[in-house]
Amino acid sequence: MAEELFRKSFSILSCNFDKAGENTTEIKALLKSLDFNPDIIRRVVVVAFEAEMNVVMYANRGRMDFVITDEEIRIDITDEGPGIPDIKQAMQEGYSTATDEMREMGFGFGMGLPNIKKHSDFLEIKSDVGKGTTVMAGIRLVPDA
Amino acid sequence: MKLEEIIRILQCRVLTPELDLSMDLSTVLASDGMSEILAFHKPGALMITGLTNIQSVRTADVADVRAIIYIRGKLPNDKTIELARQKKLPVLSTALGMFEVCGILYEKGIKGAM
Ligand SMILES: Nc1ncnc2c1ncn2[C@@H]1O[C@H](COP(=O)(O)OP(=O)(O)O)[C@@H](O)[C@H]1O
Ligand SMILES: [Mg+2]
Repeated sequence: MAEELFRKSFSILSCNFDKAGENTTEIKALLKSLDFNPDIIRRVVVVAFEAEMNVVMYANRGRMDFVITDEEIRIDITDEGPGIPDIKQAMQEGYSTATDEMREMGFGFGMGLPNIKKHSDFLEIKSDVGKGTTVMAGIRLVPDA
Repeated sequence: MKLEEIIRILQCRVLTPELDLSMDLSTVLASDGMSEILAFHKPGALMITGLTNIQSVRTADVADVRAIIYIRGKLPNDKTIELARQKKLPVLSTALGMFEVCGILYEKGIKGAM
């Protein structure tokens, strides 16, 4: 079993576009202060920001659990919201149900989930339509943990 | 290329005059899509965008962008400028469009980060 070294939970408010991304900023500062490799930080930041934006845009509220173990960094985001009816479709580049308002914020081009996939080593998405969505992504810190 | 020189060439209006403008920049991230900026970012780039809301500064911050130029004379609101100030991220505005800005900087030897 991997040893847990750090854990922090953040709450994410839906539709709060002014604060959207603050949690990611905090995670980034923390990883920098812990001297993580810039490429690892880069990947974590992309995953966390996109996942956080999805909760802000689509869900009612959510929580982000940020965990560092001796083997990996995990970002688990659970939200209460509409859920994703077809996860495979949602994962496709360019697929988006974003409104014009969301697109004006520079998100909603259907690149969020593909970006998360591309920048993580493992990714699991579970969704219950009408209830919510859980996105669990991780980045390995050791070659074959 | 020094940011000060970029400001001169593009005739930028400096929206955060109190921040240091002497930095050297050699790569550009140009897009209105924040996911795209995130996906392709390399630390230390100059971001050129037509998106002026607060997400532009947040994205720039997490993507380790060093400065932002808003195109077509667009101006962000005060809250956005205030966040940029807090993050020590110079923000500028030019009357030129995306194509012109990128063309001019490319000609000066600046490379794309994407
Ligand atoms: N947390 C979520 N809750 C509900 N739907 C979601 C969630 N995350 C993503 N989706 C759905 O999946 C689609 C694709 O998401 P994504 O790849 O991030 O692109 P974008 O956010 O640009 O639309 C979204 O448009 C939305 O329909
Ligand atoms: Mg998204």
